[in-house]
Amino acid sequence: MAGGAVCFDTGEPVACVRGRTPVTARVGVVTFPGSLDDRDAARAVRRAGGQPVPLWHGDRDLHGVDAVILPGGFSYGDYLRCGAIARFAPVMADLVPAARAGLPVLGICNGFQILCEAHLLPGALTHNTGLRFIDREVRVRIERDGTPWTGDYERGQEITVVLKSGQGHYLADAATLARLEAEGQVVARYTGGNPNGSAHDIAGVTNPAGNVVGLMPHPEHAIDPLTGPGSDGLGFFTSVTRALVAR
Amino acid sequence: MSARAAPGTVPAADTVAVAAATPQRAQPYAELGLTQEEYQRIRGLLARRPTDPELALYSVMWSEHCSYKSSRRHLRRFADKAPQVKVDGEAGTLLAGIGHNAGVVDIGQGYAVTFKIESHNHPSYVEPFQGAATGVGGIVRDILAMGARPVAVMDSLRFGPADAPDTARVLPGVVGGISFYGNCLGLPNIGGELAFDPCYAGNPLVNALCVGVMRHEDLRFAAARGAGNKVILFGARTGPDGIGGASVLASASFGAGAAAKRPSVQVGDPFMEKLLVECCLELGAAGLLAGIQDLGAAGVSCATAELAAGGGSGMSVNLDLVPLRDTSLGPAEILMSESQERMMAIVEPRHVERFAAICARWDVPATVIGEVTGTGRLEMTWRGEVVVDIAPETAASQGPVYDRPAVRPAGQDELAADVPDRLPRPAPAELGGTLLALLRWPDLADKTWVTEQYDRHVLGDTVLAAPENAGVIRVDEQTGLGVALATDGNGRYSRLDPYAGAQLALAEAYRNVAATGARPVAVTNCLNFGSPEDPGVMWQFAEAVRGLADGCAFLGTPVTGGNVSFYNQTGQVPIHPTPVVGVLGVLPDVRRRLSLRFRRAGARLVLLGRTGEDFGGSAWAWAVHGHLGGRPPAADLAAERALAAVLAPAAEDGLLAAAHDLSEGGLAVALAESCLAGATGARVSLPGDPFTLLFSESPARVVAEVAPGADAALAALCERHRVPLMDLGTLGGDRLEVAGCFAVTLDELATARAGVLAALFG
Repeated sequence: MAGGAVCFDTGEPVACVRGRTPVTARVGVVTFPGSLDDRDAARAVRRAGGQPVPLWHGDRDLHGVDAVILPGGFSYGDYLRCGAIARFAPVMADLVPAARAGLPVLGICNGFQILCEAHLLPGALTHNTGLRFIDREVRVRIERDGTPWTGDYERGQEITVVLKSGQGHYLADAATLARLEAEGQVVARYTGGNPNGSAHDIAGVTNPAGNVVGLMPHPEHAIDPLTGPGSDGLGFFTSVTRALVAR
Repeated sequence: MSARAAPGTVPAADTVAVAAATPQRAQPYAELGLTQEEYQRIRGLLARRPTDPELALYSVMWSEHCSYKSSRRHLRRFADKAPQVKVDGEAGTLLAGIGHNAGVVDIGQGYAVTFKIESHNHPSYVEPFQGAATGVGGIVRDILAMGARPVAVMDSLRFGPADAPDTARVLPGVVGGISFYGNCLGLPNIGGELAFDPCYAGNPLVNALCVGVMRHEDLRFAAARGAGNKVILFGARTGPDGIGGASVLASASFGAGAAAKRPSVQVGDPFMEKLLVECCLELGAAGLLAGIQDLGAAGVSCATAELAAGGGSGMSVNLDLVPLRDTSLGPAEILMSESQERMMAIVEPRHVERFAAICARWDVPATVIGEVTGTGRLEMTWRGEVVVDIAPETAASQGPVYDRPAVRPAGQDELAADVPDRLPRPAPAELGGTLLALLRWPDLADKTWVTEQYDRHVLGDTVLAAPENAGVIRVDEQTGLGVALATDGNGRYSRLDPYAGAQLALAEAYRNVAATGARPVAVTNCLNFGSPEDPGVMWQFAEAVRGLADGCAFLGTPVTGGNVSFYNQTGQVPIHPTPVVGVLGVLPDVRRRLSLRFRRAGARLVLLGRTGEDFGGSAWAWAVHGHLGGRPPAADLAAERALAAVLAPAAEDGLLAAAHDLSEGGLAVALAESCLAGATGARVSLPGDPFTLLFSESPARVVAEVAPGADAALAALCERHRVPLMDLGTLGGDRLEVAGCFAVTLDELATARAGVLAALFG
């Protein structure tokens, strides 16, 4: 099984065509050992009209996907430090340069931690100030629209998503925080209470180019009122599928 | 048994040949938890003395925990009284029942569900975090062994007094352990119970439930068949974890030596378990499993003996091939080790290579340690010598069975005579204060401090989770097919009358499932009791089993499996008899499920069911007056069945907008919970004694919000099933108001129950 991407629904191999104009956005979802929310991220992509493409941690090949999601979970058991081992997974060898070259990448929760460890995003995530895991519906304000992941939101729009993490406390030095604020790199901010001690109530950040976004709360768990707080989170996925198809 | 040798030296093995030559050598059977009679029985079965490894194997297999030697006679009632298996193809048909790793129920559309609840009480007292964590891990592997994908967990927890210093040690550890293991494993925690009572102070109850989903064709059994097939041990390496746990920990009550038993508790690695889950499912999908068994209590002993006995075959195992974390382990220790995150598979030789490749892909170590033989013997070698040679069924299914004396305890009649009628009842104007006092009581307070530590969203199919009546999981995204699960138990009711208490636990879980709109179809149970060597406890146990078996037969919901936990006592004082019952229900379309959350201002509020004077063992009597006596409420199973028969079509046809079952704290507490969940007040007027209507704990009742325009249809439905329907009032405003009695704002209600647990444990 070393390599070939398979469809999440059917387990059938997915044909990979590089360099074509996407009719349906093909969004890769990486599974590391210990990834937990990979199926949920794939479901959200599908609901948004995109085609989820499973990517395997041990396979360098990105299979020509148009964007990548690093899902939530406990990659490699979160041993050593959250995201610290995943950063060295073979798939990251191709992903990091692609992200630097503009490939849209969204890291959710553990994915955000991996992006920080890989230095694609500034700052770090550490233990919640309460020192306990929290699963809670939270309100966040979208602070940066116009990225491939936030195009369908208005700046200032408040949405309800699911926060579920033990180490969601965003930290960075004062200079980095000042730069993030000045450059508009804060993507989302907690409103109505800071659940984990994050600096500046930060729930998500982006790189200067805007293509790499890290989010601590889970938008993929807010795509259907039946199974989550609502469908406010779907916008991250419709944003990217729309941006890619329009490209 | 010989002490472990220093690294580098080879400890002398007690082989079959040595055993035959030294029949008189003294053996430490008593230290391993075996009685003299049991030891003699082993000698009789083998026609020689057992080797040390054989003695270790029998000691764990014949422990109370693994052999059910004190309970087996009684548990037969579940099978003897099991409701008729339904016609093939109908949802609710049992595909596998008691005796397998977990029961399996057909839920229709080609899906089957397997679920089971199991205790990890003693380890959780000794080391709360790892004890509870490995409790989750163990039950998940039971579900995995049936061929199912685990999809959710629940936990039923009982501790000593909430303000006792030791509870502050045990509870955060237990909750932290469940959170750590379940979250990292990626299974949503969808509900359970949390209760406190002084009787659990030295003996908390940690019962973990797991539910899994599979297609019918994926069902697997633990059987080793086909001579020449390989025996593969895969997952974590074997270390000195929990050695003797099964016999020493689970079967002996705590005394002064509790600290010395610390090393008996296992340590869990949920990351390895996650890999094992994905790996097993891939192995099953590839058709590579001829048989599979999890390694739980009694580790390699249990897996080899049960697989060999289950297949009616023989098995030969080379213990030198078991991958070890600690190379100084001898054969007896390897056999007894309870290292976590291990599974054993039977694999045809032609599939071994693909098996190994899939394990390698998931970074799961896998080792062929033996093969299936046609000899009917379980043989094991170590360092070239035969150290085990037994008939596997003698260990797996032919252990001792005890008919222990059961005597109704002397104080039982006095307890029943001490009725709660003498307790002073609040005046109507004081009823609001009574409600607030109950909401401040830790058993009824807001449980968010606990449930927030559990991931309830992962996998994206959680439709309802705590604090709802029951957890609801979507099984099929297209059709909306789903299952509902609830666990309930009430130690006070069972203390007053174990027969009724078991039926009330069943009734409550059944009602909680029905309140979501699901049709209850099957039962699992975890029977937590004191020492079976105490005739009074044995009477409680026999009565509870009889009550549960009768109840399940009446309701048509078979017991599919479960677990017995004895020796839950400190010194001579047993816990309240605490049968915990899990009920599984089927929802044809989870989009039609009912929540307990009141929804619409102006909507009509009704009470379904009949209210009597039921205060024996009630929350009011205990929390307000510290009184436990009299008779528990009479379980009215015909009324429960009728209520469920109303709720399912009422949900399906959209006649109700919300429903909440009435249990501890009665109507008053249920109203407060549903009002707070929906952020809407209610104006209620009660025809009759308001205290009784508000706080009595008569079973077979729900409070419900009627959907607009559905009044006539609901009345007709209730009439058809003879379920009393009482008008309570209307929703709206920001207060819970009971006409002529009291009005309490939602803020006051919320303040009373919020922060109670955080203040105690935060």
